[in-house]
This record gives sequence, structure tokens and C-alpha cells, in this order.
Amino acid sequence: MSRPEYQAPPEIYYGDAEAKKYTQNTRNQQIQADMTYRAIELLNLPPDEPAFLLDIGCGSGLSGEILDEEGHIWAGVDIAPSMLEVALERDLDGDLFLQDIGQGFGFRPGSFDGAISISVLQWLLNAETSHPTSSPPHRLTRFFTTLHSALRNPSRAVLQFYPTSDDQIQLITSIAQKAGFGGGVVVDYPNSKKARKVFLCLFVGGGGTQQQ
Amino acid sequence: MVRLITHNLLACHVKGCTTNNFPLVFQDVQVELQEAEFNPDFIRNMLSRLEWTALVNAAKQVGDTSLPLEQPDMMDDELLQKLHHALMEIHVIEGAMVCQNCKHVYPISNGIPNMLLAEHEIG
Ligand SMILES: [Zn+2]
Repeated sequence: MSRPEYQAPPEIYYGDAEAKKYTQNTRNQQIQADMTYRAIELLNLPPDEPAFLLDIGCGSGLSGEILDEEGHIWAGVDIAPSMLEVALERDLDGDLFLQDIGQGFGFRPGSFDGAISISVLQWLLNAETSHPTSSPPHRLTRFFTTLHSALRNPSRAVLQFYPTSDDQIQLITSIAQKAGFGGGVVVDYPNSKKARKVFLCLFVGGGGTQQQ
Repeated sequence: MVRLITHNLLACHVKGCTTNNFPLVFQDVQVELQEAEFNPDFIRNMLSRLEWTALVNAAKQVGDTSLPLEQPDMMDDELLQKLHHALMEIHVIEGAMVCQNCKHVYPISNGIPNMLLAEHEIG
């Protein structure tokens, strides 16, 4: 089967049936949970302090549930209404927004102590219309610029995604850098085709407590 | 759900709307109260990034008049409790948030605000 982001835009791909299926699939749950824990670890937050975090592409709240358990306060955005509805049913603590991250955020400067995103960025690499403002570079630029501004200095954003080529990693990191971010890509299990995971670790300012 | 903690950090993001685009004004709201664990350190931590006057006004719009108009210099436990309630326990589930500048309406339905912009509103 081809990758979901090639089949339809996320708000259409994740209709009611897909949203429930995705959320109930235990293998998805496990992978998502593992990646969320890893993303939180890479955020390098001060220990034992609740942080105010942004979950980008929060979906049905699989990561949000873990953020709740870890004692963090969060807001989540997603473009798929069906996923958000499942998140509502799951009775999580985070605030949920229906939002297209390619349109950019309206959060005031320095709002969040950090941001995570699990398996979302690859969707931004696919243009949805022929309109010039919808090209992937335009959408990525708006996303990274407004995300950079929404984060505190110093802080981090950790975004796990599934690139299909090194060119895609190049494109994404260069646009993130132009938006003001430092940092780069962390690859877990680089030699395993199945387990390989790419995390874009972006720094605002020094990038966190233990980083110079 | 929209809590005031998030509302206080949210400005209008319509193209060209850069002045007087904060705070968004609540309209026709229905709220739900949900108890949340009190964490005074977290509230203290958030204070530096909150706009006090916007918070007091938004709290009024959702039916909470417990906060003083001026931000007090000293945060005692009683005030932190009030802040906790206003920021964390009031959930707006229906209504809208309206930009004072460009008048864009962000509808809130079933607890979820719709932040999607039309093509001509994208920056
Ligand atoms: Zn506006």
C-alpha cells in the first residue's frame, strides 16, 4: 500500500473510520507511545516541573495522554476533525484546536516551553492545491516561522517524521534554519529499515536547560 | 476545549492582521467547569507570559469575576487558587472567538475552536 500522505490530504484520509482504526490499533499505539517518550526525552525539559507544551498534529490524543501522565499541560492542533472527535471522547486534559499547520500559528511570542510532533511533518511535503501559497516550501516556511515565535527562548521543538529521501530532510532543515531554529536531525536505529526513526530537534536560543 | 490559559496566548493569525489582534473576544459562550489539580508552581511559572488585563476581561466574558483588575505585586495562595480556577478549570465548549481588528470569527463547536483560514486570509 502507498503511504497515507500520497493518498489524500490528512483531514480526508483520517475520516471517522480511519481515525478510530488508527487509535485502536495496538501496534500504532505502541509505536506512537515510544516515539512520544523519546520526543519528550529530547525536549530536555527541567526535571519535575510541569511544562506548557504544544502537540502539533495531536490527532486522537495518543501523545496527549502521555503528556497528561507526565504531568505536563498542553494544547494540541490537528487538521482532521474525526481525529479530534476521538480525542474528545478520550477525556484528555489538553485544549484541542482544528488547525492547518501549513497556514501558520497565531500564538503570541514565547507562549510554549516546548513542542512535540509525531508523524506529521511528511504531510506538509505534499501540496494540496495549485494555489502558490499552498506549495510545500510556503507552507513549511509559515509553519516554522510561527512555531519559532510561539516558543520560549530557550526551548526546543522535537518533530518526528517519515522522510522519503535525504532531499526532504535537507528541505525541511534548511527552511527551519531560515526561520531561526538551530539544531538538526537525530536518527534512531539508522541501520534498521523498519525501526529507523527520524527526529528533527530544533532549538530556540540555546535550546534548553543543559545545552550551551 | 478552550481554557483561558490557552486563550490568553492566542492572537488572530489572519494575513495582515497584526495590530489589535489580541485578545480574541468570546461571544455567545457555553462553559463547563472541570476540576483540575492545583499546581501553584505552574501557575507562577505561567504568569510572566500572561496578559493580565486580557485575562481579567476574558474571565468576565466566561462568567468569572473573581480576579482583581490590577495585577497584584504579591501572589498569595488565595489569588493563586483563583487564577488556577480561571486559567485551568473553565472550559469553553460552544460559542466563538472574534478578532477585534479584522472581525474574523473563530467558531467553537463541541469544545473545538476552528482556526482554519480561507485562502485569501493566509499570510
Ligand atoms: Zn484579525
